[in-house]
Amino acid sequence: MTDEQLILNCENVVMDYDGFKALNNCNFKVHYNELRVVIGPNGAGKTTLLDVICGKTKPTSGTVLFGKGTNLVGKNAEDITKLGVGRKFQAPSIYSNLSVWQNLDLSLKRASKGVFPTLMGQSSPAERARIEEGLETIGLTDHAHARAGSLSHGQKQWLEIGMVILQEPSLLLVDEPVAGMSDKETEQTGQLLTKLSEKQAIVVIEHDMDFVRQIAKIVTVLAEGTVICEGTVETVQADDHVREIYLGRAKVAH
Amino acid sequence: MPEHAHGRPDSRETVSLYVVGLFLLVVLPGLNLLPAEDSWLHLSDFRLNQFGKFLAFAILALGLDLIWGYCGVLSMGQGVFFGFGAYCMGMYLTLQIGTESVYGSELPDFMVWTQVKELPLFWYPFKSFFGGFLGAILVPVLFATLFGFLAFRSRIKGVYFAIITQALAFAAWLVFNRNETRLGGTNGLTDFKQLLGYRLSDPSTQRALYLITVLALIAAYLLCRWIVASRAGKVLIAIRDSESRVTFSGYTPWMFKLFVFVVAAGLAGLAGMLYVPQVGIITPAQIGVLPSLEVVIWVAVGGRGTLIGAILGAVAVNYGRSVLTNYFPEAWPFILGGLFVVVVTMFPDGLLGMIRKVTDRKPPSAPGLQADGRTAA
Amino acid sequence: MLTGLDRVPSTVIAVVLGAVLSIGLSAPPVRAAEQPESSAPTTASAVSALDQALRDITSEEAAIRSAAAAVLIEQGDARLLPTLDAIRAEADRAVRQTIKPVIDLLKNHANLTSDQSDTRRSAAADLVGTGRPEAITWLEEAAAKEPVWWVKYTMDESAQLIRLRADDPAVRLVAVKKLGELRSQNSVSALKEFVEAAAQSGATEEQRALADAAQAAISQIDAWGWWASSLETLFRGISLSSILLIMSLGLAIVFGLMGVINMAHGELMMVGAYATFVTQQAFVAWVSPEHFDWYFPVALPVAFLAAALFGWVLEATVIRFLYGRLLETLLATWGVSLILMQAARVYFGDLTAVIAPQALRGGVQVMVGVYLPFNRIFIILLSIVCVLGIYFLLFRSNLGVRVRAVTQNRNMSACLGIPTRKVDSYTFAFASGLAGIAGWALTMVGNVDPGLGQNYIVDAFMVVVTGGVGKLAGTIWASLGIGGLNKLIEPVSGAVYGKVFILVGVILFLQWRPQGLFAAKGRNADA
Repeated sequence: MTDEQLILNCENVVMDYDGFKALNNCNFKVHYNELRVVIGPNGAGKTTLLDVICGKTKPTSGTVLFGKGTNLVGKNAEDITKLGVGRKFQAPSIYSNLSVWQNLDLSLKRASKGVFPTLMGQSSPAERARIEEGLETIGLTDHAHARAGSLSHGQKQWLEIGMVILQEPSLLLVDEPVAGMSDKETEQTGQLLTKLSEKQAIVVIEHDMDFVRQIAKIVTVLAEGTVICEGTVETVQADDHVREIYLGRAKVAH
Repeated sequence: MPEHAHGRPDSRETVSLYVVGLFLLVVLPGLNLLPAEDSWLHLSDFRLNQFGKFLAFAILALGLDLIWGYCGVLSMGQGVFFGFGAYCMGMYLTLQIGTESVYGSELPDFMVWTQVKELPLFWYPFKSFFGGFLGAILVPVLFATLFGFLAFRSRIKGVYFAIITQALAFAAWLVFNRNETRLGGTNGLTDFKQLLGYRLSDPSTQRALYLITVLALIAAYLLCRWIVASRAGKVLIAIRDSESRVTFSGYTPWMFKLFVFVVAAGLAGLAGMLYVPQVGIITPAQIGVLPSLEVVIWVAVGGRGTLIGAILGAVAVNYGRSVLTNYFPEAWPFILGGLFVVVVTMFPDGLLGMIRKVTDRKPPSAPGLQADGRTAA
Repeated sequence: MLTGLDRVPSTVIAVVLGAVLSIGLSAPPVRAAEQPESSAPTTASAVSALDQALRDITSEEAAIRSAAAAVLIEQGDARLLPTLDAIRAEADRAVRQTIKPVIDLLKNHANLTSDQSDTRRSAAADLVGTGRPEAITWLEEAAAKEPVWWVKYTMDESAQLIRLRADDPAVRLVAVKKLGELRSQNSVSALKEFVEAAAQSGATEEQRALADAAQAAISQIDAWGWWASSLETLFRGISLSSILLIMSLGLAIVFGLMGVINMAHGELMMVGAYATFVTQQAFVAWVSPEHFDWYFPVALPVAFLAAALFGWVLEATVIRFLYGRLLETLLATWGVSLILMQAARVYFGDLTAVIAPQALRGGVQVMVGVYLPFNRIFIILLSIVCVLGIYFLLFRSNLGVRVRAVTQNRNMSACLGIPTRKVDSYTFAFASGLAGIAGWALTMVGNVDPGLGQNYIVDAFMVVVTGGVGKLAGTIWASLGIGGLNKLIEPVSGAVYGKVFILVGVILFLQWRPQGLFAAKGRNADA
C-alpha cells in the first residue's frame, strides 16, 4: 500500500501527561473510505488518539498527516474541522439550549464560518434540504424544533452523529457511538456507519464486541499507547498478544 | 418549515413591544406635558428625567445581556465602557460651558484648580459635538477590541475573564480618580450648561433627551434582536452550552466572543453618552467595581438570556433603588446584596422567567437558560 | 504557640537579623577618647564651682551667664536638672535661652547611659544639634561601652557630625572620611555644604581638599543608600506578598478544591479583623491593663472561629446550592460581601483601629538605612506558618486525603463512605477561618474598616488567576510576583499606575499561560 491511499497517517505520536504516556510511539494509518474500529482496554489511549487527531490536545511529539500530507499537529481544532475531520464525542456533546434544527444548521458545512458571514447568512433552500435530509437520516424529523436538551440519551447520540455528518468530513472520528443505546438503536447505528463509510473514512472506538463484529472489516488493537495488532476481527481475536492483554482484565474476546 | 422559528420572538412579544414603545414614546411624555401640574396623572419633569436615566441604563444592560446572558461570558467591567462613553460626552459638555464657569476661564474649572495652563491635547477633539459623539462610541469599542482580543484569543474564559474584567474596572476607577489624567479627578465632570446650544436646565431639552434615549433604546433593542435571531446568535448560545463543540463545528469561538463583547461595549458607550446630559454629572464612582456589578444584577433580576428581561431588570432595579434610598438610605446595600444571593440561587431566570412560569406552562420560546445548560457551562 | 507568636519572634528576630545582617557592616572601632580625664563632679572644688555657676547663670550679664553655662556643661550631670528646671521656670527670657542648651546637653548626656536603647540612641542623635565639643567625649565614651550596634553606630555618627564643625581642618577632614565610611545619610547635607563652599571663587586649598573628601564620602553614602533602599523595597514587596499569600491561600483552596469563587473572602477577612477588635475591647473592659497585650494571641482563635462560623453559615445557606456553577458562586458571594460590608459599616462605624501589642511595635535596624518593622516581619512569618500548615493538612493528613478525594471524584468518594457534604462544609469553613487569620494579622498593619477586604481582594484574585488552580506552589509564586512587582513599580510610577501595570502584566502573562503558572495537567484538565 502506498501513502497515496492514506487519508490519515499518524507517525510516532507520543502524548506525555507528566510522565504518564497515554500514547507511546503510536503509528496509526487509515485509508480513504475505510471503516476502522479501534479497540483496547481502558486507558489504552484510544480517546487520546482521537483527541490528538482532531486537535483537542497537542501531542508531545510525532506527526499526524492528513489527506495529501497536511500535518495536523499544531493546528487548532476549528481549522482541522474545516480541513474535513469530524468528531463525535463519547458523552453526547450537543447544544442543549438550541433546537435540533439549529444544532444541525450550525454544524452544516458552509463556505465560511467567520463572524460576519454567520451574522448575515440565511440558509439557502439547498441547505435546508440538506438539513431535512440529515434529520431523516438520524430519525429526528419529528423533533426538529424540540430543544436538544430535552432529547433522550440515544437521540442525543444520534443528533451528534447527524451534526458531524452534515459537516461532510472526509474523516469521521466516532467515540463509543452506541454506549447507552438499545439493541435496535445499536444495529441502526451500525448500518448508518457502514453506509457512511462508502463516502468517507471512519474511525470508530468501541467496546461492544458484537457491534464491532457487525461493522468492522479491519480492527486496530491499542494497548498502553501503542498499536499492538491490526487485522480482521478473526485475526485479532486469534492473536496471542491481544488475548494476553485482555485476559483477566475485561471479557476475553471470544 | 421556517428555520428561525425559535429565534423569532413570538407574536405576543411583538405586540407587547409595540405597547411598551408607545407607552415610552407617547404616553409618558404626554403625561408630563398635558395634565395640570397638580393632577395625579401628571408626571413631573424630575420623574421623566429619572426615567430617561433608567432607560439609558437599560441600553447598558442590553449589552451585558448579549455577552453574558446569551454567550455566557460574564463581563464585570461594563461600567468602564459606560464610563468611557459618559466621559467623552462629558468632555464635550464641559468644553461647552466656556466662560460660564465659576472661574470664568475658557479652561474647565478643575483644570484651573489643578493649575493646568493649557487644554491637554486629548481634549481637543471634544470641542465639537461630533467629536464627543464619535468618541463616546469609538473609545469603548476600540478599547474593548484591544482588551477582548488579548483576553479571548488567549482563551481566558469563564471565571478568569470575569476576574480580569473586575480588575479592569478597579484599575480604571483608580486611574480616573487621579488628577493628572486631566479628567476632573474624584469630582469628575459636572456643572454642564448646554448641549448643541440648548440649555440643559430647560425642561424641553430634557424632554427631548428623554425621547432620544427611548429611540436609542429601541434601536439598541432591534440591533440586539437581529444579532440574537441570526445564526451568529445561535453560535453565541452554542458557545454558552458547549464551547469546545463549537470549535468542532468549525467556528472560532473567540472571534464571536470578541464581536459580541465589542457590541456590548459600544452599547455601554451609547448608554453613558445618553446618561451624562440627563444626570448632569459623571464621576469615577460610576465606573468602579460596584457599578459594573450592578449591571449584572439588573440583567439577572430581569432574566438573562432574554432581551426584554435585561430592559425590565434595569428599569425595575433602578426604580426600586430610587424609591428605597429615599426612605431607607442605609438599607440599599443590604437589598442589593440580598438580590444577588436570592436571584442567583433561587430565580436564575429572573422576573421574566417567573412571569413566564405563571402565564404559561410551555417552555420559553426565547432561549432562556435551562438547567442542563447551566451545569454544562 | 500563642505566646510564641506574641513574644518570641520579635525578640529572636531582632537579635538574629541584627546579628546576621550586621556582619561586615559594623561600625569602625572607636578611637580612644582624646581627653582621658573624667568629668564626674566628685571633688569638693567642683561642687563649689557648680554652686557658683548655678548662681551665676541668672546673672544679668551675658558673659557671666555663658561662662557659668560652660562650667555647668563641663562639670554638671543629670542631678542638676531639677534645680535648673526650677531656675528656668522663674527666669526671664535671656536666662532661659542660656539654660536651655545646658538642660538639653545634661539630659542627653544622662540619657546616653539609659536602660532603654531607644533613649540612648535618640540622646546620641540629639547631641548633634547642640554642636558642643564636650559631647564628642561623652559620645565616644558611651560608644565604647555600648552593646547595641545600632545605638553605637548613632553615637559614632553623632560624634563625627559634631567634629565636622571643628575649627581644625585636619579634624574635619578625618570626620568627613569617617562619615563616608559610616555611610551616614544624616551627614549628606553638611557634606554638600563643604562641596559648595569649595566651588565658590577664592576657596582655599584646605577647602578644596575637604570638598574632594566630602565628594568621595557622598558617593560612598549614595551607593550604600541605593542598596539599602533596594533592600527595603524587597522587604516591603515580600511583606505585601505575604499578606496576599495569606489571603489567596483561602481563595485558592475553595477555588481549586471546591470550584467556588468566593468574592466574600475579603469580608470574611474583615470579620476576622473585627473579631480581633472586639477581643481587644473586651480586654480593655474586663482585663487589667498589664495583661492587655494578651488580647492579641487570644484574638487569633477568636478571629479564626468567627470567620469560620460565617463561612460555615455561608456554605450551608448559599454556596451548597451552587456547586459546579462557578460564575453563580461568584455573583452570590458578591452579594454576601455587600451585605457583610454594610452590616459592619452600620454596626461599627467607619473607622476603628487595633493597638498593636508591645512586642510588635517598633522594629529592627538591620543595617544602616534598612529598618524592618516588627509587624511586617510578623506577617511574613505568619504566612510561612500558614503555608506549612496547609501543606501538612492537605497533603500529609487523612483529612487532606478526603478533601482531595472529594475534589477529584465526588461520587466515588461518596461511595467509599466519605461524607462529602461534611467535607465540603468543613473545607469551606477552614478556608474562611484562614481569611479570619489574615484579618487578624492585617490589624497590625492598618485600620479596621468595612472596606478592609476590598483593598486586597482584587490583587488576591489576580494571584489566584496567575498562580493557576489547585497548586499551592502557584499561589506562592504568584503572590511573590504580584506583591513584589507592586512594590517595585510603586516608587517609579505611583501606586495607582502600579496596579494598572500589574493588570496589564497579568493579561499579557495569561497570553502566554492561559491556565496560570501551574496548570493542572492531565486528561481531565479541561473537564
